[in-house]
Amino acid sequence: MNVASFIRTRRLGKVNVDTVTLAHGGGGKAMKDLIDDVFVTAFDNHALAPLEDQARFALAELAAHGDRLAFTTDSFVVDPLFFPGGNIGELAVCGTVNDLAVGGATPLYLSCAVIAEEGIEVDVLRRIARSMAKTAKEAGVQIVTGDTKVVERGACDKLFITTTGIGVIRQRLTLGVHTARPGDMVLVNGLLGDHGAAILCARGDMALDTVIKSDCACLHGLIETLLTAAPGVRFVRDATRGGLATVLNEIAEASQVSIEIDEAATPIREDVKAFCEILGLDPLYLANEGKIVMVVPPGEADAALAAMRAHPLGQGANIIGQVGQGEAGRVTMRTVFGGRRIVDMLVGEQLPRIC
Amino acid sequence: MKYLDEFRDGKKARVLIKEIEALVSTMTIPAARPLYIMEVCGGHTHSIFRYGLEGMLPKEIELIHGPGCPVCVLPMGRVDDCVSIAENPNMIFATFGDAMRVPGSKKSLLQAKAEGADIRMVYSPMDALALARKNRDREVVFFGLGFETTMPSTALTILQAEAEGIRNFSVFCNHITIVPTIKAILDSPGLQLDGFLGPGHVSMVIGTGPYEFIANFYKKPMVVAGFEPLDILQSIWMVLKQIKEGRADIENQYARIVPKDGNAAALRAVSRVYELREFFEWRGLGSIDHSGVKLRDEYGRFDAEQKFAVPNVKIADPKSCQCGEVLKGVIKPWQCKVFGSACTPETPLGALMVSSEGACAAYYQYGGLKRYKEAV
Repeated sequence: MNVASFIRTRRLGKVNVDTVTLAHGGGGKAMKDLIDDVFVTAFDNHALAPLEDQARFALAELAAHGDRLAFTTDSFVVDPLFFPGGNIGELAVCGTVNDLAVGGATPLYLSCAVIAEEGIEVDVLRRIARSMAKTAKEAGVQIVTGDTKVVERGACDKLFITTTGIGVIRQRLTLGVHTARPGDMVLVNGLLGDHGAAILCARGDMALDTVIKSDCACLHGLIETLLTAAPGVRFVRDATRGGLATVLNEIAEASQVSIEIDEAATPIREDVKAFCEILGLDPLYLANEGKIVMVVPPGEADAALAAMRAHPLGQGANIIGQVGQGEAGRVTMRTVFGGRRIVDMLVGEQLPRIC
Repeated sequence: MKYLDEFRDGKKARVLIKEIEALVSTMTIPAARPLYIMEVCGGHTHSIFRYGLEGMLPKEIELIHGPGCPVCVLPMGRVDDCVSIAENPNMIFATFGDAMRVPGSKKSLLQAKAEGADIRMVYSPMDALALARKNRDREVVFFGLGFETTMPSTALTILQAEAEGIRNFSVFCNHITIVPTIKAILDSPGLQLDGFLGPGHVSMVIGTGPYEFIANFYKKPMVVAGFEPLDILQSIWMVLKQIKEGRADIENQYARIVPKDGNAAALRAVSRVYELREFFEWRGLGSIDHSGVKLRDEYGRFDAEQKFAVPNVKIADPKSCQCGEVLKGVIKPWQCKVFGSACTPETPLGALMVSSEGACAAYYQYGGLKRYKEAV
């Protein structure tokens, strides 16, 4: 069935008010108009077009990409909705694309469920949906199903988005957090901590003016380049909440190895360093939205590094450390000063120090 | 980063370490009794662990992490008072971030916030005053916390509130003073300390004069130290040199920030707004005479203790907790009965596990683990 022609003949609803009210979540015409106006208009694609309760796709189409499905979900609650370098919609697409890609999957389809607080401007939703559509298009994925809820003021903070993603993993590729071995090298694809610092600044309560932008980006292209250049790569993970330090601890724990990184080799923007210095934060724990940590066998580390540096999203890539045979689960850092410190998991949220 | 990187230069560090080693080699220091140097300030403790300084020093020198983390010495009863104030209806309670996690007898401020109290993290008391300006129909209480470092900014905020005639702002004053605290440490039995790294930021306010008694009366050397790793190494070298030469002086390594007489404007604001309390309760150290300040009566309308019902119940430290002995340098963090077992950063029993500046949390997280294991 040619659904595209069907959708084009159906007249799309329009919202004629400025703000979302509970009526837009009520299941009636107002809701249909909101979905049409905001989401269907932006996401327009074959699988979404019939507006069934589910998206449908042929197994054969999926099987052409590999032999295993990858399936992931993530919720986005970032405040503010728009920040230097991105917005909640772009983040919701990139985050789920990256969660698929770090497993070696080709990302194909996303869902988009939104919970909106009554009173949010319809134009804000439109801008966010358009941004999601643009990011998805550039990433080569389709947003094929979704859901819209409106809740009373105070029941959520402006807008929450959940995206779920389906991808396909090609034959013979097995990346795993438990596979790091002593001697393996640890790499990152660029400057760390930008997203976390940008969000903290954008909230405005720090009264600090910086030029730091979120690094929000879809990384599946970079990861494919990496896996082609270094097929022996053991493990890739995006260093989102909890930052580099958290991912390293997860690897050391799961693989029962020690990891030592070199502070001098770990790329952090001067602005981010200064920002952390003033606020008493540690950039190793700041969130990223466009950075991956990789464990690569020693023989392939140079190839991996060269391939990443040749990619626009990996120009700042570096080998930052090595897996060792020390105490299992222990992550340490050789400091620029010549000492060694332990890099542990954060207990809770990173809280600024008093003095 | 300008003005920072030059104080974090690894090459210069190696030179300094060599100098320290050379100095140590000319001194007779028994293996069983290394030199004990206490850094009073939590900021120093943080730097020592962050840069891995302990592992770089010769084994003849042992650093004792002192009581200068204001979050760590906060007794449970005061946290309960904070929670009680914060849970008043129509209240905004503003606090520095790292005080949020300190356990009270029932809950921390973080838990009280989760249960609905309006608790905001601020970076300066002025931010709290701004909250009061913006929310005229609500009460805003700032949790005044810290040594002389943060005392002047709270005082100036109160003076500003007075000048603007703001009535819905007050301070829950828990500011503490360093000198009686050092004295209490020096007077404690079983103490073995050979010298001090003096607090840099406190001294920026009070100058170096108030420490003279340490040299004159207790015959211990002190070097007021900066917070960058080279500052700390140089200060350790200066303390060693005094010990080697049999001197006990108050020296100032941090002269780029610390004037001999301190900051006159800050001191004026402090003496205008505060007066000494007869005594103040410290976690781990018990009650220390004249170690805390409160607002003078003329600023009583800015005093949260007068404005709101504060339970002010003294809660004893948990029995198993040996924070006091650790703070005084009598035992090492890893020698505490509950270190790493009942008391961890996730479930801190003692305050020293709470803040990253606390000696125990720092050991647990940043690298005392090896020593801890050797000791077990």
